[in-house]
Amino acid sequence: MTGPDLVAADTVERAAATAGQPQPYAELGLKQDEYEKILAILGRRPTAAELALYSVMWSEHCSYKSSKVHLRQFAEKAPPSGALLAGIGHNAGVVDIGQGYAVTFKIESHNHPSYVEPHQGAATGVGGIVRDILAMGARPIAVMDALRFGPAAAPDTARVLPGVVSGISFYGNCLGLPNIGGELDFDACYAGNPLVNALCVGVMQHGDLQVAEAHGPGNKVILFGSATGPDGVGGASVLASATFGDASAESAAKRPSVQVGDPFTEKLLIECCLELFAGGLVTGIQDLGAAGVACATTELAAAGTGGMAVRLDEVPLRDATLGPPEILMSESQERMMAVVEPGRVAEFLAVCAKWDVRAAVVGEVTGTGRLVMTWHGEPVVDIPAATAADGPVYTRPLARPAAQDELAASDPAALPRPAGGAGLRADLLALLASPGLADKSWVTDQYDRYVRGDTVLATPEDAGLIRVDEATGLGIALATDGNGRYCRLDPYLGTQLALGEAYRNVAATGARPLAVTNCLNFGSPEDPAVMWQFAEAVRGLADGCAVLGVPVTGGNVSFYNQTGTTPIHPTPVIGVLGVHDDVRRRPGIGFPAGAGPAALVLLGRTEPEFGGSAWAYVCHGHLGGRPPMPDLEAERRLAGLLAAAAAAGLLAAAHDLSEGGLAVALAESCLRGGVGCTVQLSGQLSGQLSGSLAGDPFTALFSESAGRCVVALQPGADEAFASLCAEYEVPAQNIGATGGGSLTVTDCFSVPLDELGAGHVRTLPELFG
Amino acid sequence: MPRMIVEVMLKQEIHDPQGEAIASACHRLGFGQVRGVRQGKRFEVELDGPADEAAVTAITQLARELLSNPVIEDFTLHADGT
Repeated sequence: MTGPDLVAADTVERAAATAGQPQPYAELGLKQDEYEKILAILGRRPTAAELALYSVMWSEHCSYKSSKVHLRQFAEKAPPSGALLAGIGHNAGVVDIGQGYAVTFKIESHNHPSYVEPHQGAATGVGGIVRDILAMGARPIAVMDALRFGPAAAPDTARVLPGVVSGISFYGNCLGLPNIGGELDFDACYAGNPLVNALCVGVMQHGDLQVAEAHGPGNKVILFGSATGPDGVGGASVLASATFGDASAESAAKRPSVQVGDPFTEKLLIECCLELFAGGLVTGIQDLGAAGVACATTELAAAGTGGMAVRLDEVPLRDATLGPPEILMSESQERMMAVVEPGRVAEFLAVCAKWDVRAAVVGEVTGTGRLVMTWHGEPVVDIPAATAADGPVYTRPLARPAAQDELAASDPAALPRPAGGAGLRADLLALLASPGLADKSWVTDQYDRYVRGDTVLATPEDAGLIRVDEATGLGIALATDGNGRYCRLDPYLGTQLALGEAYRNVAATGARPLAVTNCLNFGSPEDPAVMWQFAEAVRGLADGCAVLGVPVTGGNVSFYNQTGTTPIHPTPVIGVLGVHDDVRRRPGIGFPAGAGPAALVLLGRTEPEFGGSAWAYVCHGHLGGRPPMPDLEAERRLAGLLAAAAAAGLLAAAHDLSEGGLAVALAESCLRGGVGCTVQLSGQLSGQLSGSLAGDPFTALFSESAGRCVVALQPGADEAFASLCAEYEVPAQNIGATGGGSLTVTDCFSVPLDELGAGHVRTLPELFG
Repeated sequence: MPRMIVEVMLKQEIHDPQGEAIASACHRLGFGQVRGVRQGKRFEVELDGPADEAAVTAITQLARELLSNPVIEDFTLHADGT
């Protein structure tokens, strides 16, 4: 990018004098009509620096130009929520959890960088989302990662997965943040397009909330943290907002230089920022992520008084050859920008010096409404700030693909079902050993899950649970879920299923779900079929949140996840945050060992629903039919029941039913607790199954009907629990009891725990160890 | 015993936090003349045969596939003592 097209000294004056000179806008990812819009705004050609700035700010990644018209629904359909302190449009949403505490959380993609350089790509993904949370005024307290890769046995997965996992563990562990959950899945559609979605959550007191606004003409603009180098120049415009071509030479030429993360500098930046906040030294703050200085200056200015004067030659550089365009586009990590009253600058710089954080005053807030940047005294940028911050908005054409009907017609009901107890047993073992459902310890053991000493639950539990207040036991639960197969079959329902599952996972700990974040991973928005999937997914999420009463507080869109013309499955990853009134009263997923048999109760309704199921995929390589039908009203009642039962101390264990249905859930709870169980499916289940299904153990075991959970009761809790089930109108059936050393389905099959766990535990180490 | 020496460095434009940490330690220790440090890796690869052209070809491949990460690093190699 440092070629002759980007001449460092291309001043505003020179641009005005050479109005007709052609500019390399197409190489920077701008379309012709977008370039013409810039010409109209400026009334002259842009300088090289202005062109760089508009190209990154108007990129899909920064401007949300294709998604904006759909994302509005999150605000329009948002359910009333007294808990929301800051919503969409901020760096991250902020939720009131009571006792004076507020929590901020967000999930973001780092897909393309993680494909190019898995270790550094995933590491800087963690660093970026941590700074988003920090910029809200909160102390980051935990991270999570939702990961999706190509087929587990594919050679490229062996390159990408270990690198991604080592990058996440390197950055998060060095930073001292527990990694408390997430996902790991595999599908051929993610070969060449791995999904690396990073979530961070932070805690603050209500009064600590910071804003990303540059107010007060005369206030100083300070850039602090790492020096600026040529890292990731153009990352937002040409890497995150375009498809990797099939020709490797072409994509190699497109690749900006890889960003390298430095978690030790980030740790200093965290402590430095928290001290600056505590001292009241900051009036506005923004993290530097995609599009670096260009994004931070334009967004701060546009959200504040409106103007800013910046001296680009004051930006501390790691590489003295960088000129204004590169400085604006650089994505060097571990940087923040603050707005500080002139009288507090000395104190601000002293705090930075204490933490060994480099800081430089690079400009001032102005009341002109214009963003003016100079380079050794010469203006190189002079634009209305709002024009860069508010990019173009597109209503892209969308079309439901014709193949959607064929897919729906390929009903899994036609697949051969396992014969008898032996067949059911074999399918269960196959599911447990499949890479998507296998034990994730090989990955999660590389993450520090307990640092900071407040982790109550972490993977493989249903949700991560973190204690916030030691005295009262107040805590927060977090889960992320997504299911590309369900969404491929029906993006509207699939997204609601993901929302329902994350909501249920949080509820299974006894927490009350409060708010939602999302990372929407899709193919190219220029493909009407992909745009249809996107529109349906957003509509599904907005409608679903309205039913559940939990608002979307923010999120991220990642388009262009495709190879050539083949997009990934639409994969919205939904994060749900809940508040736990007392983390000491939380059930885990493991059945209680050594306490005598505990009664097992299956909650929710079971229907023969196999579209997009793990059974169809693992046992038959089949994807077709319709996904399970979500019932979010029932989901809400189930969550109410679980919170009430946990608060009353009735639950010894609770585990949500999702991929692989009841069979996999029972196996996971047995293995986690180290104790077996005996369940009866015939007869006992007839109250729940529609009439013709009574005595159909296959459906009872492997159906993926939504809104279900299995719980183990505390001794003597049966009656109290039954009356709660009646109160919350949740269908409940006693299916058996814990105990013994086997998972036994009466009149069907029995598997000793050793055998149950053998394949489950072996799969990932054999593939990647 | 014949040896090949492979030296791996981050590409010039890639950020080197370890090198920076060493540079700032230099300053703390009073080595004020140190302007910057970049850190790399050196591999001494012992051979069962001579360090001839075939060995150079083989070890070049080894360096590209195992000893370095070509996305962010460059390497050089030479026979020991040459």
